[in-house]
Amino acid sequence: MSLSPVEGVALAEIESSADAGGPAVKGVVGRSPGQLAWLRLRRDRTAMVSGVLLIFFMVLGLAAPLIEMVYGIGPREQFQNLLDGFGMPLGYAGGVTGEHWFGLEPGLGRDIFIRLIYGLRTSLFIAFAAALITATIGVVLGALAGYLGGWLDAVINWITDLTLAMPFLIIALALTPTITLRFYGERGQVSSAFGVGVLIGVFAIFGWTSTARLVRGQVIALREREFVEAAKASGAGLGHMLFRQLLPNIWAPILVSFSLAVPQFITSEAALSFIGVGLSDETPSFGRMIYRSLDFLQTDPAYVFFPGITIFALVFAFNLFGDALRDALDPKSSR
Amino acid sequence: MARFLIKRLFSATLTLFAVSVLTFLMFFALPRDPVTGMCPKNCSPERLERVRTELGLNDPLISQYAGYMKGIVMGRDLGSAQGGRCDAPCLGWSYVTNEAVSDTIARVLPVTLSIVIPAAILWLLLGVGLGMVSALRRGTWLDRLAIGFSLTGASLQLYFVGAVLLLVFVYNLRLLPVPSYTSIFDNPAKWASGLVLAWVALAFLFSAIYARLSRAQMLETLSEDFVRTARAKGLAKPKVYGRHALRAAITPVVTIAGLDVGGALGGTVITETTFGIQGLGRTAVDAVRSGDLPTIMATVLIAAVFVVLANVLVDLLYAAIDPRVRLR
Amino acid sequence: MTDQPLLRVRGLTKHFPVRQGLRSTGLVQAVDGLDFDVQPGETLGLVGESGCGKTTTGRMLVRLLEPTAGSIEFAGRDITHAGRRELRPLRQDLQIIFQDPYASLNPRHTVGRIVAMPLQVNGIKPPGGIKARVQELLELVGLNPEHYNRYPHEFSGGQRQRIGIARALALRPKLIVADEPVSALDVSIQAQVVNLLRDLQRDLGLAFVFIAHDLAVVRHFCQRVAVMYLGRIVEIGDRADIYERPQHPYTRALLSAIPDVTRLGPGGRIRLSGDVPTPLDPPSGCRFRTRCWKAQDICATQEPALVPRDGGNQATACHFPEAVGASLLAEGAPAGDAAGAIVEEVSP
Repeated sequence: MSLSPVEGVALAEIESSADAGGPAVKGVVGRSPGQLAWLRLRRDRTAMVSGVLLIFFMVLGLAAPLIEMVYGIGPREQFQNLLDGFGMPLGYAGGVTGEHWFGLEPGLGRDIFIRLIYGLRTSLFIAFAAALITATIGVVLGALAGYLGGWLDAVINWITDLTLAMPFLIIALALTPTITLRFYGERGQVSSAFGVGVLIGVFAIFGWTSTARLVRGQVIALREREFVEAAKASGAGLGHMLFRQLLPNIWAPILVSFSLAVPQFITSEAALSFIGVGLSDETPSFGRMIYRSLDFLQTDPAYVFFPGITIFALVFAFNLFGDALRDALDPKSSR
Repeated sequence: MARFLIKRLFSATLTLFAVSVLTFLMFFALPRDPVTGMCPKNCSPERLERVRTELGLNDPLISQYAGYMKGIVMGRDLGSAQGGRCDAPCLGWSYVTNEAVSDTIARVLPVTLSIVIPAAILWLLLGVGLGMVSALRRGTWLDRLAIGFSLTGASLQLYFVGAVLLLVFVYNLRLLPVPSYTSIFDNPAKWASGLVLAWVALAFLFSAIYARLSRAQMLETLSEDFVRTARAKGLAKPKVYGRHALRAAITPVVTIAGLDVGGALGGTVITETTFGIQGLGRTAVDAVRSGDLPTIMATVLIAAVFVVLANVLVDLLYAAIDPRVRLR
Repeated sequence: MTDQPLLRVRGLTKHFPVRQGLRSTGLVQAVDGLDFDVQPGETLGLVGESGCGKTTTGRMLVRLLEPTAGSIEFAGRDITHAGRRELRPLRQDLQIIFQDPYASLNPRHTVGRIVAMPLQVNGIKPPGGIKARVQELLELVGLNPEHYNRYPHEFSGGQRQRIGIARALALRPKLIVADEPVSALDVSIQAQVVNLLRDLQRDLGLAFVFIAHDLAVVRHFCQRVAVMYLGRIVEIGDRADIYERPQHPYTRALLSAIPDVTRLGPGGRIRLSGDVPTPLDPPSGCRFRTRCWKAQDICATQEPALVPRDGGNQATACHFPEAVGASLLAEGAPAGDAAGAIVEEVSP
């Protein structure tokens, strides 16, 4: 706690360390705890570098059609003429040329670079959507369970245990084709938007538990605080208690868990498409690319590295940023 | 302690029961006709109908479920087309592999165990060790190296690491054979050399989390009063860190480790796919691909059993480490 | 006394079940059968040691806790088990000030939002707007209205408590329950805050239930005083009666513990032996008997009723009340009287 002198404040009074504000930079202008965290984040070099990298990735993903126009090659275009008789790309490092920056896929001869850009777009979209949905479900259920307690808490806890006991990959693997069949029948052409939707839905069903547990714990710690009672004594309803009084105090851990959930969903999406669920081969996806590349490990080793390193860089940047965010929001935990 | 155990086991049984009902509903009640998957191609409608009756698919769902559960607990008669008498734990008959599902599981389970258990030992030792070292040498290059290692490990994808390992050690340096499973009882050396890449890949990725967690825990514990007291009263450093601090720092590691190992035992789908080893996870994937419902059901249930048992075990360990837990 | 009291409490009881696992293994009798009234504009002090149930009582009065038994009537309406919607109109008349100025303000809200919260929750739009009303309130409690947009962590403890008071005043209540409003503050700040409360009480005609363990503060602030011991009221009466003519031994013991520069030496200091018994299993009969120097057989078997003595406003729950007129202040330094002699025996 920094004790800089302030007008009219009796310094004899001791600042409580229970106060969630962190080291208060006292000045004439009132700074909210959020502003203080933002200041700390801006001073953190790792946060800034990883943040810029993330923005770069997001722009790449968003601007994928634009990049396609400039680059001049589409994600589904095949360049069979650049493959040898065995379907292997001609030239060095999997056919890297000035035209095909990251080379070509063996077999189909599609351009790896533009497929990666579109894969980035799919991956980021799915991860953000899933993280948003699971955070919402988790926050609502966790806050309700923590604040109301009693049988509702017991039920939600039990559902959490149950969800955690289900083997996610196998269930997702088994469920996705079943759901697709239900909507499209045996022969229907599955649109890629539908595949993306199913994936997000599966993530939503399984992904909310950690946020719910986190929020529940935080709410339980807060609900006996007197400011909560003060609102209750003024006749505040459940909505006001949860969303106006409690949530503003726990958005920091929620934000951190959100920022760390996004790379997890990127990983999960890639893992699912790696074992062959979710997206069809038409839709560019990191996991699918790596899965295909395994067959060409000996003959075209470069193929595995482009998607492998891209997804690593993406997840790494998210993890770094999430860590820095945690440090900025909760200076006590930085070590 | 006994009461705690009974209570825990009771709730675990309840969870497993719910998992079995849910899985059953998910796979047997959804509109997709399970028979199409179970019957080889070009089934005549008559044959389909016969299979359906044999499987009891025309019975109400509840009696189907009851039959399934009865098979697990006491075995049941499946009819001649499905291998006749099926002893407990009977998990049904697979038309795809033409064998009792329990036989399939008995064959692939040792594979997954052989992958997960050594890998878990490796990742726990590596992770906790790294975490300890970097906590004790906080701020040095060693600490920074460990943090870098754990951040990298946490961001890598298993299939990518696996692919790189395969590329380097199997295809380029030719130090190791192509990964495969041999029983440890037949040939321990071959067992190890066939699986070591899977262990290393898993350990590298998983130890990252443990290094982070145990480092943070250790730092927190080291700053606590009882550790300072122990140091102040003159206990030697290794003794304090080894006996007092480690014990307090290990508790959250135990939780995560239990969940991870439990989850991994339920099928290391990605690992097995990457290295082409036929374990529980690969079997589940194949079953899903071929619509082999009894096998899917069995793999899901077994995975759930591992997770739930791991949870119980973690709670027991907790109660052993921290007596306060027993009172709750 | 006027025709109808603002607050009428009868037989108010709160028992907390103690659970071990799923079985209930006991009851903490935190509050056990309180009777008292508060008239409009009156200040009632509720004093006692920590753990005597005074905070629980305060929480029940504003219905933060559900009473186990008994009744609370506010302005003639029974609010003992009223739901949130039924309570809503009454909430405006009944507010609470909390003990801990650090925990009672939401650290993520600005002062303006904190003070405006009761208005917003109840959907009240004051003439001139919420902001104007909030600034008016801030000024009323002696804060700079310009600090509207600041956060609680930028204020000192005393200032925070003023914010809490402003929040309680936002709805123009008739009764405020003040739960140890100054005990978390420095002594130098305490006087300022108590004086503020007294001015507000006088200017706005507020009634107070003032919960405190500090008898000096209560004496300064309250017209009537109720003394609690282990969940019961042992004595209630006007300030002058309680402070100058205490009839219950416990009240005497409490009063004798007030440091007083005019009484030097160990003289009339009564030291109670032993600890407060557990509310899980309170003593039979009179709850104070285990620590009372006057206790006799009847105290263990019969519970003394809270009865008025000599037809006045002062009521005492004791089989052997002090003789009226045995003013504590009149007692000199020499410890020659009966109480003093026994005190010598009980004190270690």
